[in-house]
Amino acid sequence: MMTLLDKLWGAHEIMTGEDGRSLLWVDRHLVHEGSHHAFAKLAARGARVAEPRLTFGVVDHYAPTRGLAATPAIARMIETLERNAAEHDVTCFGLKDRRQGIVHVVGPEQGLTLPGLLINCGDSHTSTHGAFGALAFGIGATEVAHVLATQTIWQCKPKAMRINVTGQLALGVGAKDLALAWIAKLGTGGAQGHAVEYTGDAVRGMSMEGRMTLCNLSIEGGARFGMIAPDDTTFNYIKGRRYAPKGAAFDEAMGYWNTLRSDDGAIFDREVTIEAADIAPIVTWGTSPEDAAPVTENVPSPSDASEAEAERIHAAIDYMGLTPGKPLTEVQIDQVFIGSCTNGRIEDLRAAASVLAGRRAKVPGLVSPGSQEIKAQAEAEGLDRVFVEAGLDWVGAGCSMCVAMNGDSVASGKRCASTTNRNFRGRQGKGARTHLMSPAMVAAAAVTGHLTDVRPLLQGRDAA
Amino acid sequence: MSGWSEHTGKAIALDIENVDTDQLIPARFMSTPRSDGYGDFLLYDMRSKGDGTPEPDFPINRHPHASILIGRRNFGSGSSREAAVYALVDFGIRAVIATSFGDIFSSNSVNNGLLPARVSEEDAARLFTLIGDGQIEVSLDIKTTKIRVGDQTIPFSLSPAWAQKLMNGWDDIDITEHHRPAISAYRERRAKTLPWVFPAEETAG
Ligand code: SF4
Repeated sequence: MMTLLDKLWGAHEIMTGEDGRSLLWVDRHLVHEGSHHAFAKLAARGARVAEPRLTFGVVDHYAPTRGLAATPAIARMIETLERNAAEHDVTCFGLKDRRQGIVHVVGPEQGLTLPGLLINCGDSHTSTHGAFGALAFGIGATEVAHVLATQTIWQCKPKAMRINVTGQLALGVGAKDLALAWIAKLGTGGAQGHAVEYTGDAVRGMSMEGRMTLCNLSIEGGARFGMIAPDDTTFNYIKGRRYAPKGAAFDEAMGYWNTLRSDDGAIFDREVTIEAADIAPIVTWGTSPEDAAPVTENVPSPSDASEAEAERIHAAIDYMGLTPGKPLTEVQIDQVFIGSCTNGRIEDLRAAASVLAGRRAKVPGLVSPGSQEIKAQAEAEGLDRVFVEAGLDWVGAGCSMCVAMNGDSVASGKRCASTTNRNFRGRQGKGARTHLMSPAMVAAAAVTGHLTDVRPLLQGRDAA
Repeated sequence: MSGWSEHTGKAIALDIENVDTDQLIPARFMSTPRSDGYGDFLLYDMRSKGDGTPEPDFPINRHPHASILIGRRNFGSGSSREAAVYALVDFGIRAVIATSFGDIFSSNSVNNGLLPARVSEEDAARLFTLIGDGQIEVSLDIKTTKIRVGDQTIPFSLSPAWAQKLMNGWDDIDITEHHRPAISAYRERRAKTLPWVFPAEETAG
């Protein structure tokens, strides 16, 4: 009886070292501007990229979303990646390439992400690719250099954890709410040391976009790996994508992909069950993704918490400029951001547009699609018009205001309703206050100017 | 990187939970070449006031020669940025002691000779009481996985693989080079049994 993790691990294990670590083969290595440390390490050794055909570069973290790079330092980060890629014969989706976008959006979109692969990237949200039944995990710069030089990685096998989501999510409640719900329940360290496999009807019922959102956020619950066994939804998504196998090769691959599921009766080190119907739209109120609550609730009061917790809650609320006990729906916002590898896919844009259509935003905001292809598709569907007519800015593809490296940032003390994944202090800019939520919820907040339950706003509309 | 197994130095307390990698080093410093040194960026927004001048009471400002940091749960959660570890190491920190760590942060630490020592809640509480907001001499021994403070001994946990790695200080690439034949054999097998794993050369588009 094997878990999906066992199968994927076994399939990539070249050998086990004396110290108990496994040496694993890497099928895809995705690099971005942050890889400059790793390329420098490689250069210091005089080494070459071992498998340029399995390595792909993407400009995302520093990508300008309004034409020119904001500063010479930002432009240099992009040029450095493009130069390193060219020197090592690595394909790079640079700024002028129509395939450019956020690495975790582009990998699946281009068919580079497939079930059964081991995928590494120097970015913690690499867990996203696990949505396809891949063994995908983020690595640091030393590890990136190791993968570049050897196409392998040393790794201790994590423990297996299953999060089983029974029933179905209600209208207006999506993968983002589900993810924030389990992180709020188990804490940001809740899944540390584990690879999380998501199962259950609610997960089966999700599109690939939703599954990617769920796996993306695994790292916010402490898990380096998130994964979902592939099924027809997965295969239909992959079919016809640029780098995916075609024709007979696709059928052959599917034979293998169908074996990638946890056996009945496989034992997990940890199991958690969540009832999907219990989940309401969720927002974060604090400075960690675990500081999340249904939008119908209030800002917590430190006085209700244990002594250890009280101090942290107090500090978080203080940073966020909130008052204990205040209803979350009374929290006024200054701006919104829709985008990122968590929620910058076409389905996310449709969900936001379905709320915004025919309405005006009370606050300014930025909508940045996850990739240039998504941008083109959204424009073909007329979604860009909806955003612009609502008063939001429709900009280029990249990480943008998720991490504020490209110059798109939230000013100090300002409050942003955001579809991103981290509400850490200063994440969206020094002193910025971030509330995480789903794209539909961000759209609802834009329309009312405060945190808002999206569900009434969906009445009589086709929620995408 | 040279290995080490024992260290004695000044320990200070950072009594904050969930010290994430965005706190350890804010994103705006990450385009700096490593050769410039990352020590000044460590916890930058916490240790400085709004106008950029140092917050005199912040632990690492009060004790700039500390080499051991005692933190709370979930230290180093968040992103894979190894720069968070560079900031600690370049500041002079050799070990962080906490009840739990971000998974990627711990492997980055070990890759840079920084010890992520896990201790129990009770032992963390003991350490916090001992240190208060001062600094105290602490000895660490990776071989025995023990922390010594005065006449007290506190155990920490660290996987044997990581203990070895910290002690020998070898670069993994050197180790892996010895396994070239096994890697080539694996690659050949994979290409034969699952040829679609290797993406076809890109067609026009
Ligand atoms: S969108 Fe945000 S979380 Fe995703 S890769 Fe970019 S910076 Fe990281």
